[in-house]
Amino acid sequence: MSKKMHITLKVNGEEQEFLAEPRELLIHTLRERLGITGPHIGCETSHCGACTVTLNGKSVKSCTVFVAQADGADITTIEGLGSPDNLHVLQTAFKEHHGLQCGFCTPGMITRASKLLEENPNPTEEEVRFGMAGNICRCTGYQNIVKSILAAAAEMNAVKEAAE
Amino acid sequence: MIPAAFEYHRPKDMAGVLAVLTQYGDDARVMAGGHSLIPMMKLRMADVPHLIDLQSVEGLGGISVADGVVRLGAMVTQHDIIDSAELASAAPILRETSLQIADPQVRYMGTIGGNVANGDPGNDMPGLMQCLDATFHLVGPDGERTVAARDFYESAYMTAREDDEVLTAVSFAVPQGGYGYVKQKRKIGDYATAAAAVQLVKENGVCTAASIAMTNLSDTPVHSVAAGDALVGTSVDDAAIKAAVQAMLGDIDPAQDNRGPVEFKRHAASVILRRTIERAWSRA
Amino acid sequence: MKDEVTTRESRVDALGGMGCKRKRVEDARFTQGKGNYVDDIKLKGMLFGDFVRSPYAHARIKSIDTSAALALDGVIAVLTAEDLRPLGLHWMPTLAGDKQMVLADGKVLFQGQEVAYVVAKDRYIAADAVELVEVDYEELPVIVDPFEALKSDVVLREDLVAEDGSLPDGAHGPRKHHNHIFTWEVGEKEATTQVLDSAEVVAEETVYYHRTHPCPLETCGCVASMDKVNGKLTLWGTFQAPHAIRTVVSLISGIEEHNIRVISPDIGGGFGNKVGAYPGYVCSVVASIVTGVPVKWIEDRMENLMTTAFARDYWMTGKISATKEGKITGLQCHVTADHGGFDACADPTKFPAGFMNICTGSYDIPTAYLAVDGVYTNKAPGGVSYRCSFRVTEAVYFIERMIEVLAIELNMDAAELRRINFIRKDQFPYKAALGWEYDSGDYHTAWDKAMKAVDYDGLRAEQAQRVEDFKAGKTRKLMGIGLTHFTEIVGAGPVKNCDILGLGMFDSCEIRIHPTGSAIARLGTISQGQGHATTFAQILATEIGLPADSITIEEGDTDTAPYGLGTYGSRSTPVAGAATALAGRKIRAKAQMIAAYLLEVHDDDVEFDVDRFVVKGAPEKFKTMKEIAFAAYNQAIPGIEPGLEAVSYYDPPNMTYPFGAYVCVMDIDVDTGEVDIRRFYALDDCGTRINPMIIEGQVHGGLTEALAVALGQEIAYDEMGNVKTGTLMDFFLPTAWEVPNYETDHTVTPSPHHPIGAKGVGESPHVGGVPCFSNAVNDAFRAFGLRHTHMPHDHWRIWKTANELGLHG
Repeated sequence: MSKKMHITLKVNGEEQEFLAEPRELLIHTLRERLGITGPHIGCETSHCGACTVTLNGKSVKSCTVFVAQADGADITTIEGLGSPDNLHVLQTAFKEHHGLQCGFCTPGMITRASKLLEENPNPTEEEVRFGMAGNICRCTGYQNIVKSILAAAAEMNAVKEAAE
Repeated sequence: MIPAAFEYHRPKDMAGVLAVLTQYGDDARVMAGGHSLIPMMKLRMADVPHLIDLQSVEGLGGISVADGVVRLGAMVTQHDIIDSAELASAAPILRETSLQIADPQVRYMGTIGGNVANGDPGNDMPGLMQCLDATFHLVGPDGERTVAARDFYESAYMTAREDDEVLTAVSFAVPQGGYGYVKQKRKIGDYATAAAAVQLVKENGVCTAASIAMTNLSDTPVHSVAAGDALVGTSVDDAAIKAAVQAMLGDIDPAQDNRGPVEFKRHAASVILRRTIERAWSRA
Repeated sequence: MKDEVTTRESRVDALGGMGCKRKRVEDARFTQGKGNYVDDIKLKGMLFGDFVRSPYAHARIKSIDTSAALALDGVIAVLTAEDLRPLGLHWMPTLAGDKQMVLADGKVLFQGQEVAYVVAKDRYIAADAVELVEVDYEELPVIVDPFEALKSDVVLREDLVAEDGSLPDGAHGPRKHHNHIFTWEVGEKEATTQVLDSAEVVAEETVYYHRTHPCPLETCGCVASMDKVNGKLTLWGTFQAPHAIRTVVSLISGIEEHNIRVISPDIGGGFGNKVGAYPGYVCSVVASIVTGVPVKWIEDRMENLMTTAFARDYWMTGKISATKEGKITGLQCHVTADHGGFDACADPTKFPAGFMNICTGSYDIPTAYLAVDGVYTNKAPGGVSYRCSFRVTEAVYFIERMIEVLAIELNMDAAELRRINFIRKDQFPYKAALGWEYDSGDYHTAWDKAMKAVDYDGLRAEQAQRVEDFKAGKTRKLMGIGLTHFTEIVGAGPVKNCDILGLGMFDSCEIRIHPTGSAIARLGTISQGQGHATTFAQILATEIGLPADSITIEEGDTDTAPYGLGTYGSRSTPVAGAATALAGRKIRAKAQMIAAYLLEVHDDDVEFDVDRFVVKGAPEKFKTMKEIAFAAYNQAIPGIEPGLEAVSYYDPPNMTYPFGAYVCVMDIDVDTGEVDIRRFYALDDCGTRINPMIIEGQVHGGLTEALAVALGQEIAYDEMGNVKTGTLMDFFLPTAWEVPNYETDHTVTPSPHHPIGAKGVGESPHVGGVPCFSNAVNDAFRAFGLRHTHMPHDHWRIWKTANELGLHG
């Protein structure tokens, strides 16, 4: 065991302060220390994306980030994207278009998709497939995930247009 | 997969980095995005008692194109490269290559410095840097020095960088002519079965300059002077491409792995190189 | 009254019953990150377990030194076989009648085998302690080839050799060699030989179905919590069969079954990986009993790929005979099955090679013979059904390759060869040569629909042109057309011949209707993404006339759910779905009596109509199910007990036999070996369709797993028994980028023996998809003389095929 560090994080808008070993992986910090169990552990080698969170505006695989690296960071997980009374458009779209089955990849998938649509609000199917290629799903074959994301994009654009 | 314990250092300047490196020697290691190093630490295949995180060190970021020279700070990520309009026009081969590295999440973290410095023959940027004849900027206790990318790689994970030096930037002349980076891989996130970086200059239908390098076909990136020479002075016709491919085959030395046996890799290398030359020439 | 103005159609719609595309009720929690998977469980004082594993595939253990690990702050215990021996738990029974070491007892038989179990305060300390356990190994000769195993002097399992050197019978009869496990024979050996010997045309081929792994995104794990005050053990885990796990834990631990509560929480995909019982479960239970606090064990991805439940690894040698016109006359198949170091196959007891004897496929083959030899090697144990019923993917792959090889032998179109050999509609129920009785099918209709949908003749014409162009040097890409017509056998199974560890393979449903007209139903199955909470409510809605939205489905808690054998082998809909329908009918029967009483008519004078009972001939006189539910709880009805509940245990009379017709069109780059899937058409006939949206989702997912297996996914070993594909860098799971869009289609041929006619669909696309992708690759090279090339068809193997055919000049 090494010396513990004083860590400060902002997670889903809430300030968090604690002592942790620098080697603690961010995914474990979120899941075990803070009880934020939406992000999951799938592969542990940064291939599957189940642990995806948004860290300082980037989609990041939290299994491959030490908590020490994240000290001072602003983090959003699936729990911070929407609330039961105010779901994110993607959360609704995934349900509407059957974009999930076992649900294990879903939090990472939706969190990544939210960033993708932020950067590219009007993606083609090919761009969605390429932009989501860091997230593995074993159940759906992706067809309905792609459909869900494209539908969410259309919905978000329609809302934006109506507002303008 | 849990890494062994380590002491964490996050210096604010290069002096701080060098101080830790000097103090702990072999026991200290710098880390940029960490997406090569952290998996190795988690598998306990890399032992790093002192980890120096470069994220807060001033002066390691930034993309600049000035006076015909492109300079990328070591902490510039693949995502930054893909996002840069300046680079897209000055050196589009960088964007083409970056898009073929890993996956979106990894590209937000993966840096140019980490990719070229760690000496992994599977990384794509080292091959590209050979092609661009880039210069690597290193800072150590004795100050700054530069090493040509083409002189940097000695063998797998062994480079010209001393243990107490840090790679701070890469720079290269704005590339001229047509370009191509073509990579055969098994899936998103994989290293290359074979990949090629090519820059060609065409004047009046004749190739006047050619630079060719390949990735993951030896224990270092392979820059083949002979392959480039085979194209210069030609109209990059079939015979010239054959000669270039032949020359490259003389310079690569692939190893068998899950991607296939040596014989296949040599064949894939020749096919990928041909396609890359054709693509670069079509853009020249 | 409002009901009087609503149409019957709108009342049907309001139920959300069978046949509608009901949105999933599970999704609210999953999309908000509120699923509850085993690693989300956090209990007070919970410890973590982690394994010391063997780096060697075959070695004797000379000593284990745990002192340094025990000295580490935060380490509570380090268990070895010596600690488990007094409890008799250093070995455990496998599902296949063999036994398996829980912790290495003197030797190891595969790389990654469990050697010691560290218990520590958190997973970081546990991982550090694992590094500190010193094991002294003496390496032994390694056997990774099953054919070599059967010739080798090296004895892998000394425990199965008598002191005098003789070989006692195994669980499935006599053993021929010390590394031999069983021989299983089905069919008529001599008659088949005669048919083959006298046939006009015989095609012969060896087809290897490589070793792979189900690799669900969530790995296996558990939390064991022994409450010493009350003497109760609670075990949460990734169990596809929670009740069977409870019985197994009781049998091996001696804790009475009523004192064990097994809970399968949300499961992040199973695909067969989570059927078996693993050393991690046993060690965690022991550790919790010893320490008196909860212990969690979660395997990492490498451990998952290397140790828990591989799939396939079948060497299948076949002969198929036909007349010159292409009418198949006989089939022979011999399998050499590599089971690894222990026989831990998850098959019904009487079927050591699962339902491999479905290998006559969709064809009317009068005479057939199958023999399977199981073999020990220095590889991980397992042999689970990866997204298929027991060994059905192997069987279908075998016959669909043999059909293609026969077509080549006959110089005949493979679609036409299938067509003239399909079992005809009027032959069902069809008694197959290897014993099964197919329940229903209409293969010609499905096939013709598929051929028309893809314009099969047009595809062949395009392919012929492509071959011309290739030969003329105009292209370097070949075109492959993959065909498959599969027949599955799912829904295990009839208790008369299907059991696991003596437990009959029935399943169950218990329903309680609440006074206000909503309900809870509990089942013996457990969803791992199939959407049971959605679809079983739909079955019930139609059966009992209450809206699906008013019905809660609960599974996975052995304290509350009725006993059932779990979810795998596409058995949930055929077995538990039937139990659900029948329990619903019991509810309805009682409701009918209540309705008659309320309407003051004889029981026979009311009839069920969507959501109510109406008086025959007087539809304005009715009682809704909601009203009936209330009456069941608030009125004293003569001769009828209060309440409205039912339970049904369903022992299926037969398996169900889903089928389908698939076509894949791909382009293959002969120089790089890269494959581009241009089109994939999948027609599935799973009988009655409960929720078309979910069926389509299952098909997409199964096809994608099939694509992975056919085109690159494997568990590969080197000659030292080292696993070469232990991370997701090398173990191929495709991303959205590598996967095409699929076209789905269907026909409906209900199962005649199933209460609602449903057959199950979750595994069809995998079973049919693998041969379809593989046939496409093989077909691309048919014009150049290829008969068969083994999977996985990754880049270099495709390149090698092209190279051997001289296509690289």
